Order: sequence, then structure tokens, then C-alpha cells
Amino acid sequence: MPAPAQRRIIFQHIDEPGYTNDLACYVKHGGYEILKKSVARPPAEIMDEVKKSGLRGRGGAGFPCGFKWSLVDRKSGKPIYLVVNADESEPGTFKDRYIIHQDPHQLIEGIMITCFANNVKQAYIYIRGEFPHGARILEQAIAEARAAHFCGPNVLGTAYGCEIYVHRGAGAYICGEETGLIESLEGKRPYPRIKPPYFPAVLGLYQCPTIVNNVETLCHVKYIADVGGDAYAKIGTPNNTGTRLLCVSGHVQKPGYYEYEVGKITLGELLYEVCGGPLPGRKFKAVIPGGSSAKILKFGESFTLKNKDGSMRTLTVEDIPMDFDTLAACGTMGGSGGVIVMDDSTDMVAALANINAFYAHESCGQCTPCREGSLWMKKISTRMVHDTARAEDGALLKSVADQIAGRTICAFGEACSWPTQSFIAKFGDEFKAYPEAKKAVKPAGALDLV
Amino acid sequence: MNLKSATLQKIDEVIPHYPADQKRSATLPLLHLIQEDVGYIPAEAIEWVAAKLGIQPINVYEVVTFYPMFRQKPIGRRHVKVCRTLSCALMGGYKTCAEFEKQFNTHAGPAEVSPDGEVTVEFVECLASCGTAPVVLIDDELHEKVDCAKAKQLSDQIKAEAKKR
Repeated sequence: MPAPAQRRIIFQHIDEPGYTNDLACYVKHGGYEILKKSVARPPAEIMDEVKKSGLRGRGGAGFPCGFKWSLVDRKSGKPIYLVVNADESEPGTFKDRYIIHQDPHQLIEGIMITCFANNVKQAYIYIRGEFPHGARILEQAIAEARAAHFCGPNVLGTAYGCEIYVHRGAGAYICGEETGLIESLEGKRPYPRIKPPYFPAVLGLYQCPTIVNNVETLCHVKYIADVGGDAYAKIGTPNNTGTRLLCVSGHVQKPGYYEYEVGKITLGELLYEVCGGPLPGRKFKAVIPGGSSAKILKFGESFTLKNKDGSMRTLTVEDIPMDFDTLAACGTMGGSGGVIVMDDSTDMVAALANINAFYAHESCGQCTPCREGSLWMKKISTRMVHDTARAEDGALLKSVADQIAGRTICAFGEACSWPTQSFIAKFGDEFKAYPEAKKAVKPAGALDLV
Repeated sequence: MNLKSATLQKIDEVIPHYPADQKRSATLPLLHLIQEDVGYIPAEAIEWVAAKLGIQPINVYEVVTFYPMFRQKPIGRRHVKVCRTLSCALMGGYKTCAEFEKQFNTHAGPAEVSPDGEVTVEFVECLASCGTAPVVLIDDELHEKVDCAKAKQLSDQIKAEAKKR
């Protein structure tokens, strides 16, 4: 059976010949009409549509967007802020890049609808430092939109006003964590804050109620404000509504970005049909389905899951639908939509060492288990590749990982331990056999991963 | 502090982006502007930013020393950042980096300037363009699918610019 067709809502105009990132082009394609419609509605109505839509955050955690908005403290009398998380940093993820560079006004319209619905008068776009052009494009787009009264004071002639500013990060992954991002926006080191009490919805930016939403999520809000929550909820699958941007990288014929209804395409269809399968003469070995912190899946393993009616079903890796809930039931996550594929040429110890080097570099250093643990996981796995490997190193790595997860202020503790825990669980034999296996001559063309 | 007038103007524009009692928020934007102007963050800039924002120099210093993109030493005329992270490594990122290092006679590790002071080669973490791996950011320009041949070609261009000057 052929893979289902893409449904491009957010990426409707991405890579479209002749489509440019300026205001005139956006308006010509119907841009800002939904904002016009929205500012004439009661804000509560828009919030209701988002709640009904079932939209789940596209940044990684999949938290329901309407519910997030409902948690905002609206009685404090303090201003409410919107912070746009454009810090796209999870390895394997490269979707927001294209929205920002090619269709920035789509994001700005989504921001303005969100701000209007939540009575936000000040929004900041926190964009990662490695997108210097992206930051300039957004600043230019905001200036254009402001001149045309789509943002700034008196939006579209109403009494409502909202400013948007771009704030550049400076190369730290931890700024993608929402409370770390807020600290960074306040001009500090991005040490994540402890929850409770620092839930952004109550005590966020400048200790004021704050909504932190991902770039893609806000683009979905724009679409929901147009078609309505009920219509949006019909897209995708129950509890996994809408479309989602999937980014595929690594060992496939056609890496790239694709937009599908959530849960309507399986991992197998995505990799074999959409992405053209493995490279010539190779076989798929493993896949990380939701950014590098998501637990790895091994081709050949299968999962027995309970159906709603109590019966059981068995899924192979290829059968898993790319939604939030099934991936979670299979012990991993949809995360940020970054799918990283490894074929049978991949040295799993070296691949883990590569990931561990990333997390050791990016740990903010605030919590001891993470600061020390991520570094030791890097040191042990790198030693296995470049120096002496011992059969018991896998168990040692796992014991370090097991002492990080759940013992840190933020989810980075989990993010850095899940790769090690899952690599050892699924490829433990390869780790055990490594001292012997590495004596063999490396095949020609073998790549260093660490 | 000897900053260009355009930089000073941008600094005065960016501070009011934040509430009047939250000027500290402008720390990162100011450091970016100074680094773009001077090429790095000199020690006097830390004092200058602190005074400008009404905070302590240590508040600025802790920011400069945390974020990987801020540097306290000058770098080469061109800054080559090769992505090190998994998707790029799976497609040959380590070879790409080695090629740049060979071309400019630098060594793996943190940002190092070539002996002639022309080029800094740095092996950095994920640049968020994994679908076109391996990727390289040269100053503000992203280059995609940079294998060894393309790395050599880009290096030759940089060398040619140096000769022209």
C-alpha cells in the first residue's frame, strides 16, 4: 500500500517557487485575513477553539496547548507575556528553520492571534544564535507587519496593541527548556528554574504569568483560528490531532521535512516509501523517532500494546504510527519530530558516544547528577571507542544514566540519560562484544562518529 | 570603549525592548552587538555593558563565560563552524571538519585560529539543518551537504580572498 499523501498546512508555501518571505507576498496569499477575523471575536472564543482542537505542543513534550493557556494566572494584575520558543536545538530537528526563513509572517500572524486571545501586550521571539539570518528576517517581517498595523499599537485600528521583539540566544541548547529560556531572556545564565513554584503560567518572565509556545505550535493556532477547533480535531487521530512536521535525517535516500496528519503515517511508510529506503546495499538498523533524546528503536523488535477494547496488538518498528501516544506506548516519544536513521554500517557505541558528547557539552551544570553524569557517560563511551573497551562498560554506563534521570531540576536529566539507557537496553550485546569487535579491521569508508 | 556610532545607536534602540526596570535583559543583545563590532568581547566591554545596564560586571561576566557563541579572544577573519552532532556525523561531519583543519593547518577541538590568523575552524554542536548533513556555517552563511570536496572548494575560496587583500 502506498504511503498516504502529505497534508501541507504549515508548510503549504515552503519551497513554493516564487513565494517570498515579505509581507506583500504573504498578503497576496490571504495573509493576515485570519487575524482580521480574530480581532473581531471575543478572545475567550479563540481560546475555546484551541482547547477544542486538541492541539498538542510541537516543541517536544506534546503538552495540550489550550490547557497550557488555561493555566495562566489572569487574576494577578501583572502583565501576561508570550515567549516564542524558536531555539530549535534538539539534534535531528530542523522544521522551525524553514518557517522562520521562508514564511515568517505565518508565525507572526499566529503570535498575534495567540496574544490577542490571551490579552498579551508583549511578545518575545527567542531565536537560537545560530540563525543570524533568521533573526534578521523576523525583525524585517515584524517591521513590515507593524507598519501595516498587524502588530504594534492599535492592531488593525482596534484599541488592542502588542509589540513583538526578537531576542537572540548564543549557542546554548538548555535555552530550549522553557524556564532556562526565561532566565536567558532576563539576561542571565539559562539555569532552569524549579517547578513548583516557577511554573511559567504563574511565575514566568519577570515573575509574571508567561506562555511559552513553540514556533510550529503557533502556526497551528493560526490555522485553528481559521477553521475552528472541531474541524481541526478531525485532522489526524483522536488525542493526536492536526498535522505534524517530521524531519528525517541520517541514513536514508531522501532525507528532508514532510508534513503529515498525526498518526496517519507509520514509521515504515515514512522511511521506506517517503524517504526512499536505506542507502544502496544497506539495511536499517535503528531509528531515533523524536530528536536525539528520544529512546532509540531497533529494527526487528516488536511491541505488544493494549487496544481500547482490551484486546492486544503487536507492532513492529515499521508499524508504529507517528503520533504522540503510540510512540510513548512503545517506550519512546514523538518529541520534536526529528527522526534520525542509522543503518547496519553504524557502530552503536560510537553513535552513543556522539550523543553523549552533545549532552556533556550542553549540560548547564546546575544539578550535580547531570553535570557529572553526562560528562562521565561521554568519557566512558568515548574511551570505549578510542581507547580500552571493557565488557562491563555497558552496565557501567547504564548505572550512571540511572542515577541522573529523575534527580534534576529540569528534563535535561532525562534527555541525557534516555539515549544511554535505551542503547544499552537494545544494543547491550554490541556493547559487551565491543572489546573483541573493535580489534577487527574497520571497513573501508567507515566514518568516525566521535 | 570605542564602539562604532552605528553600534551605539543599535544599543540604544534595543534597551527599550525590555521593561525599564528589567534592563538586564539586554545583556545578550548588547554582547552580540559588541562582538559583531569588535570581533570579540574585550574585558572593558564587560564593565561597559554592566555600567550601561546598571548591573554588576560579574552579572555580565557570568553570561560571557557561559554561552558558547561569546568569545573573549579575537578570531580569524573568517569563522568556519562545522556541525559535529549525530546526523552530520552519520553523513561524514568528522571528515569535513578534518578537511577544513588540514586546509588551514588548525587542530581539532575548541575554536583555533590558523597560524596566519586568517581562519578559525570550530567543531560545534547541532546547527539544525540535519536533513542536508553535513552542514557548515561560515560566518553567517550556511553551507549544506559539505563533503570533503566541497570543504576544499570553500577553503580555496577563503584562501583566494586572503590573497586578494
